[in-house]
Amino acid sequence: MAETGIGAAVRRKEDYRFLTGRGRYTDDISRPGQVYAYFLRSPHAHATLNGINTDAARNSPGVVAIYTGGDPEADGVGGLICGWVITDKSGEKAKVPPRPLLARDTVHYVGDHVAVVIAETLAQAKDAAELIEVDYEELAACIGTAKALDPDAPLVHAEAPGNLCFDWEVGDEAATDAAFAKAHHVTKLSLVNNRLIPNAIEPRAAIGEYDPGSDSFTLYVTSQNPHVARIIISAFHNVAPEHKLRVVAPDIGGAFGSKLPVYAEEVVCVWASKKVGRPVKWTADRSESFLADVHGRDHVTEAELALEENGKFLGLRAHTIANMGAYLSTIATGTPTWLHGLLFAGQYTTPAIYVNVKGVFTHTSPVDLYRGAGRPEATFVVERLVEIAAREMGIDPVEIRRRNLIPPDAFPYQTPVVVTYDSGDYAAVLDKALEMADYAGFEARQQQAERRGKLRGIGLSNYIEACGIAPSKVAGAIGFALGLWESAQVRFNPTGNVTVFTGSHSQGQGHETAFAQIVSDRLGVPIENVEIVHGDTDRVLFGMGTYGSRSLAVGGSAIVKAMDKVIAKGKKIAAHTLESSEGDVEFEAGTFKIAGTDKSVSIADVAFAAYVPHNYPLEKLEPGLDENAFYDPGNFTFPAGCHICEVEVDPETGVVDIVNWVAVDDFGKVINPMIVEGQVHGGVTQGVGQALLEGCVHDQDTGQLLTGSYMDYTMPRADDVPSFKVGFIETPCPHNPLGVKGCGEAGAIAAPAALINAITDAIGVDHLDMPATPEKVWRAIQQAGTAPAA
Amino acid sequence: MPTISMTVNNKTVTGEVEARTLLVQFIREHLGLTGTHVGCDTSQCGACVVHVNGRSLKSCTMLAVQAEGAEVTTIEGLAVDGELHPMQAAFKEHHGLQCGFCTPGMVMSAIDLLKRHPDPSEETIRAELEGNFCRCTGYHNIVKAVKAAAGGTGS
Repeated sequence: MAETGIGAAVRRKEDYRFLTGRGRYTDDISRPGQVYAYFLRSPHAHATLNGINTDAARNSPGVVAIYTGGDPEADGVGGLICGWVITDKSGEKAKVPPRPLLARDTVHYVGDHVAVVIAETLAQAKDAAELIEVDYEELAACIGTAKALDPDAPLVHAEAPGNLCFDWEVGDEAATDAAFAKAHHVTKLSLVNNRLIPNAIEPRAAIGEYDPGSDSFTLYVTSQNPHVARIIISAFHNVAPEHKLRVVAPDIGGAFGSKLPVYAEEVVCVWASKKVGRPVKWTADRSESFLADVHGRDHVTEAELALEENGKFLGLRAHTIANMGAYLSTIATGTPTWLHGLLFAGQYTTPAIYVNVKGVFTHTSPVDLYRGAGRPEATFVVERLVEIAAREMGIDPVEIRRRNLIPPDAFPYQTPVVVTYDSGDYAAVLDKALEMADYAGFEARQQQAERRGKLRGIGLSNYIEACGIAPSKVAGAIGFALGLWESAQVRFNPTGNVTVFTGSHSQGQGHETAFAQIVSDRLGVPIENVEIVHGDTDRVLFGMGTYGSRSLAVGGSAIVKAMDKVIAKGKKIAAHTLESSEGDVEFEAGTFKIAGTDKSVSIADVAFAAYVPHNYPLEKLEPGLDENAFYDPGNFTFPAGCHICEVEVDPETGVVDIVNWVAVDDFGKVINPMIVEGQVHGGVTQGVGQALLEGCVHDQDTGQLLTGSYMDYTMPRADDVPSFKVGFIETPCPHNPLGVKGCGEAGAIAAPAALINAITDAIGVDHLDMPATPEKVWRAIQQAGTAPAA
Repeated sequence: MPTISMTVNNKTVTGEVEARTLLVQFIREHLGLTGTHVGCDTSQCGACVVHVNGRSLKSCTMLAVQAEGAEVTTIEGLAVDGELHPMQAAFKEHHGLQCGFCTPGMVMSAIDLLKRHPDPSEETIRAELEGNFCRCTGYHNIVKAVKAAAGGTGS
């Protein structure tokens, strides 16, 4: 069992189908008689819609139907919702402007949905869309996060005067002011956290299908949380009641948060399928993904750190403007507030913290969650402040961190920003990272690089993460519209194999393997006899889905709870079979045994007896061996780690070469180290993308997306990143049965600060805004005069 | 509409296509071989890489009619009798895939890479794969897999 159990690097069960082209992604599905949807999108960031003439388009070959704003409403189909509406510091709810599926009188961003053309082929739908005449009256657009609150900024929504969506705060402002008043030193930093476009390689897609025989709908969709999509499409869009709507999310080709929201396209496909009486399919092309997937980050921040003479942190203050885009996406207001402000303690004992976030509307694509969602932004502020403070005070950056780390005996640790950290040993993590990075040898490497004409720098990032928002009552108290538990069903089949239904949904995280390891380990069933089922509301009991690194901590724990019920029932059956009392039955490695005897029965035989109950205590026990569980965690989990990055900068060109990357992470108990390391590699690379390459750029006057293709938006490629060195420290999470935390987002949270700390160290400047392109780095070197003499 | 004919995974196929049909559309929509993926519209991502007459090629850059008479291999044509091609096996062994969406194109590119560089260094592998995006793996394990499939020293 050990080679497939908890802790083993089991090769993935799902790989065979992916490697042989037998994966089944949404666009791979074709339904008989399907027609194709194409969305006509606004070419303007802000315009009044004076009229839409579809006459010529309707007569175009192959056109089945064209719908425009007002058509869904005529059928009682509502607009998109925001499912996480926070309350701001004045006690008011965040402003939620209406967001119709198809624009009615105004378009609010380039890419806004104006009309949908449904035709026999996609090419015919596109051809017809070109014939639609839209009478736009262009209006001034509000672009640029920092300018959105200016008194003369164009107004995005009448519901949000001054473009202010909310003005939120957390922490004790007076205590923080007092800390700054007595500070020996104050470090100040202004920064921009650059807007990113998630860019899962699989574009979003949807197929809606109506069955008149049962008056029910099926939606195949690229969703991280099909059950949540079903609730929203039922309860808010009124397309179909929940029991008449099946949502299937098959294999998902990456998501990173971008496939959590419910989008207009999928609602339109399922609604229109009844109207046209045929399945309606839509697949985004990449240009649409750039415009119409949610974007991430986009903060403008002023932050300060107050320190004592010995480098101890006294207080931290941050004021952030967070861009919401043109509308509120599904959990938009929670991302820059609760998922951001609660992380400002980092790994440190900073006693006073105050964070203020103003959410603003602009005429740009909606901004919501992207890998890390709020937490990378917080870590970036904290770790940049700490680094600059160390340099200003002449204290080694490692030493200043060490002096402020929360000690291992302080857990559970109550931070000044609401949350209580569960467990950790931050000093051990730091020590291991320093050793793996050969921190002590850096100076020699730096001198050697200097002889080669290169500027070498080193940067640390001590990040903190919060995974699996919980418990549900807390989620409700902070404005989240749903619960945040997870469900599981563990079903023994009569022949002894096991089918597990989980509400978590993999987008590449390897659930079919990691969850099977847990089941195999606990039930003593060979891993090949365990099948994980997810992504289908008709097969899986219920689910909240996969995001926020919650699947293992919440979904995995639900599976454990269901297995515990299976074992408990199995003991009753075994007691009957073995003619003993239930209290004497022990379960170990797939076998029920009577303590102190040689009497035993395998769990497979118990399962058979449960379904063929010829010799079975029917008078007191139901047949069958199939148990459900819901798990609502007691708290978030708090993974943490230390990443150390070393760079060499070419002063002639400003090109940054990452020459070493060490990641030491504490994810609690690691189920499959191979998969977890892979999550770290991928997360770090997205963080490297943010720090060096990626940045969403809009024309500041017209609001046109200037980085709207892979020709313009720089994705990390194989030759942009190094091989990584990954290590673990395991301090188990004390409040879930597996002791696990979460690993999906950590790399993206840690990486940007490590990299910018390393680059600024190399070139001798305080700060560089991301992405640190060669041009930006080169200019900074010229300004700082740090290029070695030629 | 033009009628075209080619060999795909050792089988002769014919089809009637609009002249504007891309090779990738012919493969996915006409032949139902959905292992070849479309991830972009500017020939950058490489999810659609197949082999045409023995060379790796982005099947979104070629019209189906241009492949008339060609020998095409897709990801579905690699494994023989259920046994993975050594490159596929190396991707599995070294966890060179996560969501699996870029994987078919990545594997097809990697096989061609080894044909041209039988014992590639890490630098060569990374440079050669710059036409294939992966958003999940950070490329670390893909590089490892390609190196392992080469079986050489990679110096």
